[in-house]
Amino acid sequence: MDASFLLTQFISGLTMATLLFLVASGLTLIFGVGNVFNFAHGSFYMLGAYFGYQFVSVWSTNFWIALLLSGVCVGLFGMLAEFAFLRRIYGRANEGGFQILLTYAFILIIDDLVKLTWGAEYKSLPRPAGFGGAIQLGDIFIPTYNLLIIAIGMIVVVAAWWVLSHTRPGQVARAAAVDREIVSVLGVNVPMTMTLVFGIATALGGMAGALAAPLRTVTPGAGIEVIIDSLIVVVLGGMGNFWGAWFGALLIGEVNAFAVAVVPQWATLFSFLVMVVVLIFKPEGLFAARKVRKV
Amino acid sequence: MTNLATRNLKAASLWAFIVLIFVLVPVLSTSSYQVNLACHVLIWSLFAVSFNMLWGVTGMLSLGQALYYGLGAYSVGLMVDHLGRQWYLPAMGLGVLAAAALALLLGLLVIRVGGVYFTMLTLAFAQLGWQITFKWYDFTGGDDGIQGIIPPGILESGTVYYYFVLAVVMLSIWVLKRMAFSPFGLVLRCVQQNPDRVRFLGRRVRRNQLRVYVISSLFSALAGSLMAGVDGSIHTDMLFWTTSGEVILMSVLGGINQFFGPFVGATVIILIEDLVGARTEYWSLIIGIIIMVIVLVFPKGVVGEAMRAKSLLTRTGAGR
Repeated sequence: MDASFLLTQFISGLTMATLLFLVASGLTLIFGVGNVFNFAHGSFYMLGAYFGYQFVSVWSTNFWIALLLSGVCVGLFGMLAEFAFLRRIYGRANEGGFQILLTYAFILIIDDLVKLTWGAEYKSLPRPAGFGGAIQLGDIFIPTYNLLIIAIGMIVVVAAWWVLSHTRPGQVARAAAVDREIVSVLGVNVPMTMTLVFGIATALGGMAGALAAPLRTVTPGAGIEVIIDSLIVVVLGGMGNFWGAWFGALLIGEVNAFAVAVVPQWATLFSFLVMVVVLIFKPEGLFAARKVRKV
Repeated sequence: MTNLATRNLKAASLWAFIVLIFVLVPVLSTSSYQVNLACHVLIWSLFAVSFNMLWGVTGMLSLGQALYYGLGAYSVGLMVDHLGRQWYLPAMGLGVLAAAALALLLGLLVIRVGGVYFTMLTLAFAQLGWQITFKWYDFTGGDDGIQGIIPPGILESGTVYYYFVLAVVMLSIWVLKRMAFSPFGLVLRCVQQNPDRVRFLGRRVRRNQLRVYVISSLFSALAGSLMAGVDGSIHTDMLFWTTSGEVILMSVLGGINQFFGPFVGATVIILIEDLVGARTEYWSLIIGIIIMVIVLVFPKGVVGEAMRAKSLLTRTGAGR
């Protein structure tokens, strides 16, 4: 266990944490504002990866533009899904089960649409120009692309935080999370806000998918793996808690990176173990969301 | 008094009719495939009905019942595989007991939180179970699953096994129905509607939730252990979260507010999946669209909509 080993694993954990956070922050945002658990969030991530592949590998768009476009396209898809379908079940008795089913239907449909459009075989995406190599630090090599992901992740996090806390739409969204009725009485179109939040959240997930595509292969099953990890992150951080999701992503990313290096076969178990341990002591997550006022 | 008697008679005759149909399946069927399909219908029905005791009756949406279903299946699969066929029936019993013990243990952890946290926790534990089964290749066979699980003695015959399944499932559903309409079942309904009032009345909410969680899990495990002998093979997918999602779908399709809703839902879903799976490669697209239509257009489910139609008809008929 020397320093270079620790640093390598730390960077790889940070990369994973950043991607996880991009997905999980959207998930936690949707939950916070609309009390919706979007099981299909991983599918939007996968969709982002495929859009990235389409733009970069098929239409040879510039990587940076492709990244933005993937996010925008996925966001539009997400808004459509919320506006046309999800919106219709809000407030129903036993809503939770219906949410699970409807978003599960999204997963099935998106999976097959992706297979119909792009085929079932693996796709890969090249790294953008200038980020194919690695930086040498003593006797270890850190891939520049990983550093890029971490940097982009930080920018997005700060931007999202700024939008949420300093702009009017962000403040409206946070207010709607606390009390829908009062916000709508004040003349805000709360359903539209929810559609917008859904769009932004899925756009973040889609961008994460496009960003991750050069590191992982693009397959139709990619969504399922991501959603479970993101779920753990969101539950760990306290559902609906933005910075909680950030901490959860960091924890899970690092635990995973070190577990992969030490006990490769059982690595995936560790994120679950972390969650189980946390939940035994703090059943509502490390940073539980504000207590929702009971009516 | 006579009213009650006729109602009882009506219910009993409906029961007898359903059982009769299932009894006649092996006689009327043209292939062993149809008997096999009927077996699937029965077992999924038991799984769905026991799940709905949690969700529809008590309001606890678990997304992790696949854990117990898989536990039942794997206890049979592993014991038959390692110890031999004569252990088939004891393994079923052991699986059910193990599920009850596990449900008691996990239940103490997961029922501390309500609502969506309960759903997420049950999902997490089930996925943990799935991971362990998937990765522990030397013991569970991992992704290969376990093949060649043949029931012992006369149960080896497909038809005899079908009647065995029919008897166990009907008996279990009868027990569950008695439970759902007993004072205990009433308390569970109250827990869903107004937990605080249940406390005022001097009943313990948590204890009743734990009870129904254990009962539901136990019958899920029973369903799983029955399933091990149907196709002779089990797979890690039985523990995957989509299996838990499937019973939610069955419950919704049938109607969560009716006891027999999930039974009808399971029947319809198994038949649809059989039809769609045989005809197209893109079955998940079709199933996805079907789920959407059910959720958006028929949220009350088949039984729920039928009851509504019936009440509408009788109302106009009586001129009330």
